[in-house]
Amino acid sequence: MAATISTFASSLDDLGIPVTRTDASSLDERIDELVAQPAVGVSLSDTFDDPSLSLAQTTVEIDPTPASLREATTGVTGARLGIGEYGSLVLRMTDRGSELVSLFVDRHVAVVRESDIVSEMKTAVDALDDEIGRTRGSAIIATGPSATADMGALVRGAHGPRDVRVLVLEEGA
Amino acid sequence: MATADELRELIRTEGAAVATNTQAFNDGRYASVADLEDYEELKREARAIKEDAIERLPELLEQLTTAVEENGGTVYLADDAADANDYVRSVVADRNANRVVKSKSMTSEELEVNAALEGAGVDVVETDLGEWVLQVADEAPSHIVAPAIHKSRDAIAALFNERFDPDEPLETAEELTRFARETLGERIVDAEVGLTGANFIAAETGTMALVTSEGNARKSVAATDTQITVAGVEKVVPTVADLQSFVELIGRSGTGQDITSYVSLLTPPVETPVVDFEDDTTPISEFESDREFHLVLVDNGRTEMREDDHLRETLYCIRCSACSNSCANFQSVGGHAFGGETYSGGIATGWEAGIEGLDVAAEFNDLCTGCTRCVNACPVGIDIPWINTVVRDRINREKDAPADWLVDGLSPDEEDEGAPLQKRFFGNFETVAKLGSATAPVSNWLADTTVSRQFMARFLEIDPRRDLPAFERETLVDWFADRESTVADPERRAVLYPDLYTNHVQVDRGKAAVRVLEALGVDVVVPPVPSSGRAPLSQGMVATATDHAGRVTEALAPHIEDGRDIVVIEPSDYAMFQREYEKLLDGAAFAELAENSYEILEYVYGLLENGADASALAATEDGAVAYHSHCQQRTLGLEPYTVAVLEECGYDVATSDVECCGMAGSFGYKSEYYELSMDVGDRLREQFQTDGVREQPVVASGTSCLEQIDALLERQPRHPVELLIT
Repeated sequence: MAATISTFASSLDDLGIPVTRTDASSLDERIDELVAQPAVGVSLSDTFDDPSLSLAQTTVEIDPTPASLREATTGVTGARLGIGEYGSLVLRMTDRGSELVSLFVDRHVAVVRESDIVSEMKTAVDALDDEIGRTRGSAIIATGPSATADMGALVRGAHGPRDVRVLVLEEGA
Repeated sequence: MATADELRELIRTEGAAVATNTQAFNDGRYASVADLEDYEELKREARAIKEDAIERLPELLEQLTTAVEENGGTVYLADDAADANDYVRSVVADRNANRVVKSKSMTSEELEVNAALEGAGVDVVETDLGEWVLQVADEAPSHIVAPAIHKSRDAIAALFNERFDPDEPLETAEELTRFARETLGERIVDAEVGLTGANFIAAETGTMALVTSEGNARKSVAATDTQITVAGVEKVVPTVADLQSFVELIGRSGTGQDITSYVSLLTPPVETPVVDFEDDTTPISEFESDREFHLVLVDNGRTEMREDDHLRETLYCIRCSACSNSCANFQSVGGHAFGGETYSGGIATGWEAGIEGLDVAAEFNDLCTGCTRCVNACPVGIDIPWINTVVRDRINREKDAPADWLVDGLSPDEEDEGAPLQKRFFGNFETVAKLGSATAPVSNWLADTTVSRQFMARFLEIDPRRDLPAFERETLVDWFADRESTVADPERRAVLYPDLYTNHVQVDRGKAAVRVLEALGVDVVVPPVPSSGRAPLSQGMVATATDHAGRVTEALAPHIEDGRDIVVIEPSDYAMFQREYEKLLDGAAFAELAENSYEILEYVYGLLENGADASALAATEDGAVAYHSHCQQRTLGLEPYTVAVLEECGYDVATSDVECCGMAGSFGYKSEYYELSMDVGDRLREQFQTDGVREQPVVASGTSCLEQIDALLERQPRHPVELLIT
């Protein structure tokens, strides 16, 4: 596990994405440090099925209106999986609008549980095969910021976020 | 077909941007796949999944239809483009939509769905930044992944400044991107329908994979209430688990990224709430996610391609663009020359022949020289040069045959394959070479007379700026016939294959090879053997090439049975024995020759590894040499043997890394391609003119590479084996 986390952190580093590790007790504080205001989000309990991770005590506006979303600089969501060898995040598409919150902002802050980080793409795709087989749901494998080379040079931040921050939530603390 | 003038104009206007970008993608591919431990295994897996899916296509399409309908979507199977467009138009009309936002999709280009919708008064907006640039400029894509690859930043800035007249003129890539994001962002949130393609669709669950970097496909789906996806029927794979190898290969193979920013795995209709972006009172979670989803599966010729033994492989194509980026000719002219109605690059011949017809494929098919550099690059192992050859053969047979009197005597005993005169001349070069040697040096003087050059320029379209090969009066076979073997107690026994060029033109390298082999203890014979058939094959004359293959194996089989190895100097002929003969011969005959034949320096390397005495070869104390390996030789992984042998003999070896020298057999001789050939060659010239390499002698393995380098540099190149004789 330690090796997987360190591979994940180093892959994210290659992508220019800062990683912060935190335990549940400091999570709200860390999130407040990582967001640029105005910030919106979806409750992490949407992803993690854990009511204590609601983000209710943060400066983040949970379940914003569409107009607030468009005004926001930062969007905070959970990530279903992290993939060590690529530094990828698996984002869910939910009826709470996780897709909109992670996409229509300049900065995406993604929270992933340490135990949900796998080392290989194959493990992640197999997990998605299993999950989508049961739920017929959707997911995004997101790696780094939105980018384009169509304007004559590589530019971060095309239609999606130009800046991604990852918070790894450690277990058992 | 693009004329010499049109090619020149494209090289001038678009060539620099295309070259810079495709070469960056190609370099990125090499770097990115080098990091994959199991690259070859992943490619085999991807290939196997595609083979299986196309084999079981009808069954998988049925399963997919059931899954999509269970998910609440609709499937429409369209016979052709008109059928697909009618359906898309009807969905848009039923929704009363004013605007459709599109993510990038080659299938939608194939359908020309934009025109169909605009004709019905619908505003269609391309949201991929490259596609949007082309929509604003009213131009066609020049690359299947990076559609505006031919446009420089300056050109895009000029276009936007003129068209949109912003308060501050746009200049940097950052400014252009931000402007596009804001402009398109407004249009996306206002649209009713999102139109996407699909890179893959899993039959089991109805899940589609969209491989993107910008996030526009995500937005086009998330911000609209009706999703239409158009996809060729060949995009279906069995399950989501089957996507893994493709996810790991597609970005690396194309633009050289380990993975693109977003791989969306959508099982539409998606659950994201359909929001009103102006609403400032209702929380997002309170909006319903009442989406419609329409999957339009497009046949448009694909069922027939599936039944065609030679075009079927085209359906394995995952549109990664590796065959474009690794192609030396594509790097110079891009998809506006090397492409048809929709698709571009090497695999485009298969697509255009299958979807549009041979006449469209004929427009650009000759730009594939069969160099095979795309073969290893293709993540699903499609033999792209073979598809190009087969299509060329079909095109030849469809055209009117040239006047018989012009070819009589050049190809007296070959069957008529209907190929144009120029192709038959180059395809039957064996006859030309035999006549040339028999009458040399008179034939060489005559070939250079004004009358001959005018004849060749007019009827054979051979460019007058090219030097013609000079035939030797005494062929290698004749020279050898008068010799006694110098090896008393041989370690091994071998046939040195007298390929057409070594036998008639570059006889010295043949003599050098004999001497090197004998010095290493090999008993050598050089019997008369027919030419390999490379020349006719490269002109698309498959039946003639097959005839050659049969006669070559017939001539060599007794020697192989007698325990002799077959050693080949000319890489393009060796590649015939190792690759193309598999298509032309039965399995046993192919295997016997392939297993018992060796490229000359590969053979020398093997001899040295097995105890032959390197001191029998000429050594250097501090020699340096510049080496250009041959394209087909590199595809077969043979370059390292030459480098290792030269290093063993004391050379410091600088190697070129261009994909091809640009000559490619007869290609560079043809008037319409001479300048393209020289443009490609220029990249090799530059590498060999850099500091430290400029002074070094040059060696090259292939006949046409030697001729091209001779034209590019002051230095006279030689074959590496010529450095080894004492």
